[in-house]
Amino acid sequence: MPAPIRLRELIRTIRTARTQAEEREMIQKECAAIRSSFREEDNTYRCRNVAKLLYMHMLGYPAHFGQLECLKLIASQKFTDKRIGYLGAMLLLDERQDVHLLMTNCIKNDLNHSTQYVQGLSLCTLGCMGSSEMCRDLAGEVEKLLKTSNSYLRKKAALCAVHVIRKVPELMEMFLPATKNLLSEKNHGVLHTSVVLLTEMCERSPDMLSHFRKLVPQLVRILKNLIMSGYSPEHDVSGISDPFLQVRILRLLRILGKGDDDSSEAMNDILAQVATNTETSKNVGNAILYETVLTIMDIKSESGLRVLAINILGRFLLNNDKNIRYVALTSLLKTVQTDHNAVQRHRSTIVDCLKDLDVSIKRRAMELSFALVNGNNIRGMMKELLYFLDSCDPDFKADCASGIFLAAEKYAPSKRWHIDTVMRVLTTAGSYVRDDSVPNLIQLITNSVEMHAYTVQRLYKALLDDISQQPLVQVASWCIGEYGDLLVSGQCEEEEPIQVSEDEVLDVLEGLLVSNLSTPVTRAYSLTAIMKLSTRFSSVNRIKKVVSIYGSSIDVELQQRAVEYNALFKKYDHMRPALLERMPIMEKTATNGPTDIAQTNGETDSTILDTKHLPSITHPASQVGRCNYHICFCLAGIPPMTAYNKNGLKIEFTFERSNPSPNIAVITIHATNSTEADMTEFVFQAAVPKTFQLQLLSPSSNVVPALNQGSVTQVIRVLNPQKQQLRMRIKLTYTHKGSPVQDLAEVNNFPPQSWQ
Amino acid sequence: MQFMLLFSRQGKLRLQKWYVPLSDKEKKKITRELVQTVLARKPKMCSFLEWRDLKIVYKRYASLYFCCAIEDQDNELITLEIIHRYVELLDKYFGSVCELDIIFNFEKAYFILDEFLLGGEAQETSKKNVLKAIEQADLLQEVSTQSVTSEHLCKCIATPQ
Repeated sequence: MPAPIRLRELIRTIRTARTQAEEREMIQKECAAIRSSFREEDNTYRCRNVAKLLYMHMLGYPAHFGQLECLKLIASQKFTDKRIGYLGAMLLLDERQDVHLLMTNCIKNDLNHSTQYVQGLSLCTLGCMGSSEMCRDLAGEVEKLLKTSNSYLRKKAALCAVHVIRKVPELMEMFLPATKNLLSEKNHGVLHTSVVLLTEMCERSPDMLSHFRKLVPQLVRILKNLIMSGYSPEHDVSGISDPFLQVRILRLLRILGKGDDDSSEAMNDILAQVATNTETSKNVGNAILYETVLTIMDIKSESGLRVLAINILGRFLLNNDKNIRYVALTSLLKTVQTDHNAVQRHRSTIVDCLKDLDVSIKRRAMELSFALVNGNNIRGMMKELLYFLDSCDPDFKADCASGIFLAAEKYAPSKRWHIDTVMRVLTTAGSYVRDDSVPNLIQLITNSVEMHAYTVQRLYKALLDDISQQPLVQVASWCIGEYGDLLVSGQCEEEEPIQVSEDEVLDVLEGLLVSNLSTPVTRAYSLTAIMKLSTRFSSVNRIKKVVSIYGSSIDVELQQRAVEYNALFKKYDHMRPALLERMPIMEKTATNGPTDIAQTNGETDSTILDTKHLPSITHPASQVGRCNYHICFCLAGIPPMTAYNKNGLKIEFTFERSNPSPNIAVITIHATNSTEADMTEFVFQAAVPKTFQLQLLSPSSNVVPALNQGSVTQVIRVLNPQKQQLRMRIKLTYTHKGSPVQDLAEVNNFPPQSWQ
Repeated sequence: MQFMLLFSRQGKLRLQKWYVPLSDKEKKKITRELVQTVLARKPKMCSFLEWRDLKIVYKRYASLYFCCAIEDQDNELITLEIIHRYVELLDKYFGSVCELDIIFNFEKAYFILDEFLLGGEAQETSKKNVLKAIEQADLLQEVSTQSVTSEHLCKCIATPQ
């Protein structure tokens, strides 16, 4: 069989392939040749064949059949073989492979080889990818080599030990004795790797950390020598002596000084020296300054030093090199909590970074800007942030919008400013705001009572412009539903009131219902809003028509609402005004927050109006948009009853089931007065047997008008967990024609459906 | 450092050094995604980006991208220096290195890398020492391929530094 082709020739050949298919063909042919060569157990060309295989592996082709050959190469006596064999092992024989462990013996032998370059190969391989088992087996050999006087091997052994410790942390102890005089080495390679080893040990074990604290003076001395010593060509990088070692020492000092006063003090001077003397014209100097700053901020440094550090970062921000600006922003973000005032001084530079072209810099500048917003700078900062929101990438918009909402909530100088800011965000980035913003904003608007007219006007105008941004549309519909009356009556104080008619408003809302741009959630919002307007507008018939149309909508949610609203018009018209009343000021519930409010927003539910008393009837599946909470009276069918009828005072009970909790019966009493004189100071009280619980909500008024001209309504909620027969004792007190009247009665004629 | 990748402007991989154990499939996936991400960067952008939970430091030298994945506590700026040092070593070794050198002598590029870094950390900070070690190892390789009893010569070269 002819000799296998050389590596370089193969590479040349493969590169001439013009298509992927051609390349694949060449590779397959060569692989076949290599396979047969392997089968022949040819020692001479094994090395060449494996090298070729490694090349093909890099191109993405499978090479697993070469694994065992790598092992054979490692076991060979020839250095060339070992070199390629170990390379192959590192590329093909990671710890996930079955044959990985077969390397152990070879590596063990080679760790004790007479040639240091062979020892080096095995140390390198073990230190790059040895499995935990292998590390366990060979840790002893590594420890031995850590103590050798051969610096070439010692430095490799140190990094190999780092890998062993990472794989098998329990073995850390065994390397402790060998670390004794690691730092007294003159050789930079050994020094560097030793510092890495010490760092690894200190990071993993608090005991080691305390043990090695005594090394601080020595580390300081080494660092000092590096800075002060003259030009050393061997380790010089742009005029700085061994920056790699300097950075690692600074990092170790950081770990040793953290939380420890004495150590921090011991390194104070050298840190100041490095911070002030390091040449900053090139990247390498800035790399050292960067590490120094990180160390200063992490240890217990005195305030002067901290200010020095922040100022270095401030200078970094002005550097032309964007990499430097980037690390400055990252570091400032880490320190903004602890050194807030110092970072504030650089606020304007940070804000300028919002305009940077680089995405990573922009993101960091944005995060940092939000961290720096406070009561004093809110107006200025918000201007910049809103401008940023306008022009930034879509990826940023959601986070930026959320950040703005949070900042506005915390530091808004006035309600009007707050609402304007919210409006601005909704109109510029409306489609990117998070889902939970909608209920939060609704709550904000509800609670800004004096701004209702202004808000609804602005939202209405925004809707006229653009109905594509769903969060905006949802908030706007809700507002119009609530405050539509203020809109048409032109009551706005803050700005010029607009002239708009009821029909125009209904046009807009109906437009939302039919638009393709509206999501189902938005449609639900607008239908409810239209319904609410039935008590605020006079065009009730139009509203009735709209509502009845959607009674047959394919969208189940809309259909259900429409059906319920229809029923409101037909059978429960007397309840409609109360149900659709204005929402009261909401308390922000700490636990459920948004979802809770969302449920009360979807449908105004005046019968259970006071949300403070609302037990958590939270629908588990409820999301903001999909308010599943039905208007309570949806289960029609329980006939009303007369509970009391005496002396012209008639009290009727009507029933609803609280749907999510069937154990609660909701009874509305309607008190009417057929006499010629009003009944004033009317108080209704009720008591139930022990197994029940009763809750009486506020009455609509305490005057029952004469001659049935009106009624007093009041809601009773009865919890009946044991589903026992409902019984009630009621007490009535009122003043009639000047004299007080009091009466007690028992109510026993509850229809079975009300408690079953 | 978790891994280092070298790739061309066309996205062809020229060198891959992994310091964390991952399956071949994962390595391919990471490589593919990262190459795409880095190649999409515009020249004015900075050399660092966040990718998954790693920091990526990359620099372009002529037609080759040098790309390292480092951990949170690692210093990005010094990583740039590490990349630069490696390029200098290649340059010194090959004499004005270009991509073709690395393509045709990929195993040498690995050998040099393995004398400079071990387990993801720098083992030698002196350029001179790294190159000296490579030189000696190359000599050893030459000697061992010659049909002379290599044993005697190996012992000569094996004198500790």
